[in-house]
Amino acid sequence: MLAHAIFFYFFSIIAIFSAILVVVSRNTVHAVFFLILDFISIACLFIMIGAEFLGMMMLIVYVGAVAVLFLFVVMLMNVSEQKLSWFRGSRKSNHIPIGLFVSVIILLELIVVVGGWSYRDTFTETKFLNFDQKITNTHSIGNVMYTDYIHLFQISGIILLLSMIGAIVLTYRQRVGIKKQSYLKQISREREESVKLVDVEFNKGINLDD
Amino acid sequence: MIEIGLGHYLTLGAIIFSLGMIGIFLNRKNVIVILMSIELILLAVNINLVSFSIYLEDLVGQIFTMLILTVAAAEAAIGLAIIVVYYRNKGSIRVEEINEMKG
Repeated sequence: MLAHAIFFYFFSIIAIFSAILVVVSRNTVHAVFFLILDFISIACLFIMIGAEFLGMMMLIVYVGAVAVLFLFVVMLMNVSEQKLSWFRGSRKSNHIPIGLFVSVIILLELIVVVGGWSYRDTFTETKFLNFDQKITNTHSIGNVMYTDYIHLFQISGIILLLSMIGAIVLTYRQRVGIKKQSYLKQISREREESVKLVDVEFNKGINLDD
Repeated sequence: MIEIGLGHYLTLGAIIFSLGMIGIFLNRKNVIVILMSIELILLAVNINLVSFSIYLEDLVGQIFTMLILTVAAAEAAIGLAIIVVYYRNKGSIRVEEINEMKG
């Protein structure tokens, strides 16, 4: 139990501080790095609590795909270093104190919910899938993922396909003025439009330019 | 303090959620940081679902965490594509200068 507590506090303190640094860091590339650190420490928490498959999935999807996507976009656009302090915009803005106020209120409400948890510890029995202690976490997720939840699985696949098509459609740009090979044109070339037979008169020649 | 229960994980989720909220409200720099704050919020939701799933011994929370992971990846791809198109058209993604719709 002591080891659990030590590891929980270690990873969660790292996660909270890197989340703060994601929000406040002035350089966007540094913010992406701290986002990666945050994902990794939360994935360690998941693995420690017993959801190994989700922890590994988190590493693969978030760190391997999403964070690298962020990094690519940040580096493609020249926005990494903006000489602008955090609270000060170029214009006066009055929504910063209200935003802080609302955020703190939301945090307090969530803390109240967590604190009030102990007064209501009798759960309504809504268990759908009990843990089977004899098989691993990945095995038990795989048992239900493709059988009971096959529709959700396929819908998430369709969501991914739609997002891929949407991203390509949004960013695709038809370039003009570049020379491209057109297979259809090459294959459908006929003799009539490429070869011309000309009778050359004696001592006159022909004009090739027209 | 030593006994780590469900409340500790929920508090961690609440703190990370509020940090993402603050990041959305207070950001004046660029839109990419707002997208990263949305990722933080989805991460906090994932923490809540996984900790409830472990402590209630119910596997449905982990299945839904997978779906949230999918939606987060799709949202990041679409959002970054929109930002790239906006940057190509306007040359800037400063939050203060995005005021076309006078909102």
